[in-house]
Amino acid sequence: MAEVPLIEVRDVSKHFGTVIALSGVSMTVWPGEVHCLLGDNGAGKSTLIKTLSGVHKPTEGEIRLEGQPIVFESPRDALDRGIATVYQDLAMIPLMSITRNFFMGREKAVTRGSGLFERLDMKRANAIAREEMAKIGIDVRDPTQAVGTLSGGERQCVAIARAVYFGAKVLILDEPTSALGVKQASVVLRYVAQARARNLGVIFITHNVHHAWAVGDAFTVLNRGKTLGTFRKDEITREQLLNMMAGGKELEELSAELAEFARSDGRRQPAAAAVEKEVAEELEEEAQSDERLAEQERRLRREES
Amino acid sequence: MATTTVGQGDERLKQASMLRRLMGRPELGAVGGAILVLIFFAIVARGTGLFSAMGILNFLEVSAQLGIIAVAAAMLMIGGEFDLSVGSMIGFAGIVIAIPAVEWGWPLWLTILLAFAVALAVGWINGTIVVRTGLPSFIVTLGGLFILRGLTIGLTRLITGRTQIPGLRPLVENDWLAGLFAGKVGYGFMQWLGDLGIIATRPDGVPLASGISMSIIWWLVITVVATWVLLRTRLGNWIFACGGDPNAARNVGVPVARVKIGLFMFTAVAATIFALVQTLSVGSADVLRGQLKEFEAIIAAVIGGCLLTGGYGSAVGATFGALIFGTVQMGIFYTGVNTDWFKVFLGVMMLIAVLFNNYVRRKATEGR
Repeated sequence: MAEVPLIEVRDVSKHFGTVIALSGVSMTVWPGEVHCLLGDNGAGKSTLIKTLSGVHKPTEGEIRLEGQPIVFESPRDALDRGIATVYQDLAMIPLMSITRNFFMGREKAVTRGSGLFERLDMKRANAIAREEMAKIGIDVRDPTQAVGTLSGGERQCVAIARAVYFGAKVLILDEPTSALGVKQASVVLRYVAQARARNLGVIFITHNVHHAWAVGDAFTVLNRGKTLGTFRKDEITREQLLNMMAGGKELEELSAELAEFARSDGRRQPAAAAVEKEVAEELEEEAQSDERLAEQERRLRREES
Repeated sequence: MATTTVGQGDERLKQASMLRRLMGRPELGAVGGAILVLIFFAIVARGTGLFSAMGILNFLEVSAQLGIIAVAAAMLMIGGEFDLSVGSMIGFAGIVIAIPAVEWGWPLWLTILLAFAVALAVGWINGTIVVRTGLPSFIVTLGGLFILRGLTIGLTRLITGRTQIPGLRPLVENDWLAGLFAGKVGYGFMQWLGDLGIIATRPDGVPLASGISMSIIWWLVITVVATWVLLRTRLGNWIFACGGDPNAARNVGVPVARVKIGLFMFTAVAATIFALVQTLSVGSADVLRGQLKEFEAIIAAVIGGCLLTGGYGSAVGATFGALIFGTVQMGIFYTGVNTDWFKVFLGVMMLIAVLFNNYVRRKATEGR
């Protein structure tokens, strides 16, 4: 690992009027690391990444980029300094082609000529888009097809590939997998691992511990605007992480409650039985998907090394 | 969907993707419609003169005038906005040209430049209000529609006491700039066609259709430039992005506000070109000029494949939409059908176009 962290957040606080959204949050992201930011809704994840991506300025504390203290003037400023944020829903324009989306806002990279005759070299742009997508294992037969024809996971991948191509050093992924099915999520996770292999720093925001565990190297848990600490993967188990996210405990209680309910009710009511069965099935399903993710992770690690 | 592993399935799927690509073109409907309409009138209006040189130039000129504003309206719609003040802007530009020239004796070239300056200002105001307030452009420009029309009628009556300003024709003759809008070109070409006997001539050998109206030239130039901008430039990508999703566009650094304001200015300028072409060739300005043109322009753009929600469409499509318009209007005239039916046709045509576009867009953006 490199000497200087890519991004260092030091005691950052953010207040919106009387609301304290973040208070004294610190975290460090190294190159070649997937740093997972976990927390329930309202924990301050969004505020923290918006601070990192230049949307908000911190009220207190500082952010260091490669060792230098920095204040981002705008999202564009952050982008130009190599911090690319991929938002869950605002990433792509469905009616535009893959190529046009890929180069949106960065068209200069593929223009020819100058002045009035400056034009996009669509042939080259298509070739680059196709090639970059192929690099991450997505075969785009026709880069002129609308992004709307891609699946959710593939759209996320286009957004990530775009950020990587244009020289991002830090990738901030805001809930990239939360709206996706298991299979689609694994497409994105695989790419996250690839970005790490290219020595990028990845900040991966999620409230899905299973997805985080599959690719993460370090985990920072946020709760009510404060960090509960940063843990390396070997310092913590998935269950501990789950419990820490507050949701874990409640889930346990819920399932215990349901079990209790079923036991005490001698002639089990059909509805209760159905709920219990559903919960059991869901837990099993989750266990299976965990296994699949774990398998994939092992494969990725092998590929990387 | 395109998730097969790299390098596989390429060759097998080429054909399907060709068809898809064609289906994905926004102007497909308009081009098809224009061909159908031309065939229809070629049969129905046989022998009426619609397809003589004169007739063709006539319906092309009608199409051209509409096409000029339809292409601009299409670009604005792709950028995600409407401009309902286009028709009123045509009337207003007409009097801005005519009143100083006829009443105050200004040289025509100066009033033409003044009209363009006024148009840029009106477009800038429309755009700025829409961008700053976030109000729907539909409402903002509806205000513009009434304000400009009211100003046109009010100012003209106040200054001249009439609602028409004749007497422009003699001024056009000696003006270097007016010739760009009013004259005809291609006399030699038409004469050549006449000499060859391809087109009808008068007894003295001069062809009946002596030249090609400047409006047709403007129409073609604007279509070509707009298509180039939309498909091959950075600005074009920005226009699609602004209409497709302004937030996503802003996130990657597209100057959404500037693009939209620029598009409003362009529609106002196109309306001024329309006004110049019409006013200078007829020789008079009229306060009621351009009424309902805003809707005709939007209809042509929609027939041309523009989505009302923005982010999708084409300049070529709008041009073919305008061509359908002009052909039908003149076709009905030549075949002697009561022109009242034209409006019915328009409405039906637009409904069909919207249904068709909706279907095409679903095909284009959903997976197979």
